[in-house]
Amino acid sequence: MAKAVENTTVVHAMFDDDHRLLDAAKNLVAKGVRIKEVYSPFPVHGIDPVIGIKRTRMAIVSFMFGMTGLSLGLLGMWYFMIYDWPMNIGGKPSFSLLENLPAFIPVAFEFTVFCAAHGMVITYILRNGTLPGMPAVNPDPRTTDDKFVMEISNVDNPTLEFEELGGMLKAEGAIEINQKSLATK
Amino acid sequence: MNFVFSNRAKIISFVLMAIGVVTLVVGIFTDGSDHHGRLWSNLLINGFYFLGISLGALFFYALSFATETAWAVTLRRVMEGIFSFIPVAAVVLIVVFFASSMHWNHIYHWMDEAVVSEFVAESTIDSDHPTYFKDKEAAAKAEEAGTVVVLNDAHYDEIIANKTAYLNTPFFWIRTIIYLGAFILFARWFRKRSLQEDETGDVGLHFKGYKRGALFLVIFAVFSSTMSWDWIMSIDTHWFSTLFGWYVFSGMWVSAMNIIAIVALYLISKGYLKEINSSHIHDVGKWIFALSFLWTYLWFSQFMLIWYSNIPEEVTYFTARIANYQIPFFGMMIINFIVPMVFLMSRDAKRNPRFLIFVGTIVFIGHFLDTYMLVTPGVMFEDWSFGLLEIGLLLGFLGLFINRVLTALTKAPLVPKESPYLEESLHHSI
Repeated sequence: MAKAVENTTVVHAMFDDDHRLLDAAKNLVAKGVRIKEVYSPFPVHGIDPVIGIKRTRMAIVSFMFGMTGLSLGLLGMWYFMIYDWPMNIGGKPSFSLLENLPAFIPVAFEFTVFCAAHGMVITYILRNGTLPGMPAVNPDPRTTDDKFVMEISNVDNPTLEFEELGGMLKAEGAIEINQKSLATK
Repeated sequence: MNFVFSNRAKIISFVLMAIGVVTLVVGIFTDGSDHHGRLWSNLLINGFYFLGISLGALFFYALSFATETAWAVTLRRVMEGIFSFIPVAAVVLIVVFFASSMHWNHIYHWMDEAVVSEFVAESTIDSDHPTYFKDKEAAAKAEEAGTVVVLNDAHYDEIIANKTAYLNTPFFWIRTIIYLGAFILFARWFRKRSLQEDETGDVGLHFKGYKRGALFLVIFAVFSSTMSWDWIMSIDTHWFSTLFGWYVFSGMWVSAMNIIAIVALYLISKGYLKEINSSHIHDVGKWIFALSFLWTYLWFSQFMLIWYSNIPEEVTYFTARIANYQIPFFGMMIINFIVPMVFLMSRDAKRNPRFLIFVGTIVFIGHFLDTYMLVTPGVMFEDWSFGLLEIGLLLGFLGLFINRVLTALTKAPLVPKESPYLEESLHHSI
């Protein structure tokens, strides 16, 4: 491991139980190991704060998309129904957005939900790089089935020896440990 | 550890009750409205509002049994404390209904014989209590006996008269007794089994609660609607709305979750209920947030459909409210929608006790105004005022509620320690 810093080497430790994975992550972090990523077939409850993942900003994104939808919806209805081609619906010919607001609320609400939901899904997929057809980033196809993989990189842990780490992972109940060199350049 | 009702809280509750009693006595002498309409409608508003809070707690209790909700187990005793208020609120409502039946107040127009009788004896028209005849048959009989019978043009209301098959005083009382009786019996049953479970640890009791909870939901689904038609919607006798029951029910439910949160946070601040963690509080906060949306959704659905179709017999309800009650009518809608939406949107807000109590206080006042808007416009019409009488009686009832609920909380440990779901609830984490 002479050129350890130039070569990125990652260790993939596989677990077959989410509770064991969570306990292993807690114990390793307590020993000073920094875990880069965890791949799992479903969200493992409580793992995010352990491996130092920041809280998602999805809620803020959702709020912003929702506000965009609300404004666009109202603007659109004002343009279609009031400005461009004034409509007299149900004998309410006041031709004012504000006075006819109750009639526009359902559409505005639906468009808010539409934009928030689609915006969130698209943001989520782009941010995760999981658009249909994009190359898979998980190290092992079994993590989409019933296995969990913990990824530990030597960049994050410059002083950690592979043998020492392997021993720790074995003790925590890893069923398979692989070392992989990633060509950085 | 049992809860101890501190002397300070006791004094506060008694001071509030004293304010209520003073307001009531002063109100009897100063309320110049017809038949003390303002005073009686305020008793109805407060009785119904606090009954709604207790019923909402009973509903959520039954819901958590029927859906086997584990996290809510640590809040079970808080809910039991809140729904222990049902009999007290029932007494208040019965007093108001009794007064209406005796014509001491004119909250329910359909209880007035003059409105629903087609004929009247001519000689008695100008007396204080004319002799009325409900229909042609009764009138014909009286004419045979020699009475001169004429049409009751001055007071007769055909629309209300056609509703008397359902809206008549005896049937109203039968329904009222059934509703209140059923609620009190269910509340007592749940409380008794809960205390029994503490002693025996019998899991069978839990499954009995599961079945009884499901039964209560079915009964409450019907009663919550018919109860609001009878007690509230019949005040505006001409008007009807099929959505009304759900709208009133959603208001009850959100007020109840609000009070559950406030009582639980009060107990925690006094060092009790250590079993409750921030995830439980977060979940109650989510309920307040979500139910505020449900309430607004139902309010708006009712309003928009009637506003849009603009049919005279339906739209009068809102025309009267917008013409005479514009500020409280739209004001309470904005308070009950905007405040929970803006303030409780973020996760941190729902986990912050001070913040929840702050929002909860506003929502408490907002839903009081909602109940006020359900009753007052149909009783007082345009001659309304909101002043010390309303505030004093609300404070009085609040004092009574605090006193009864906190007393009920002292009577049992604050956590049902033998519930099979307790362990899961203790580990609740979201």
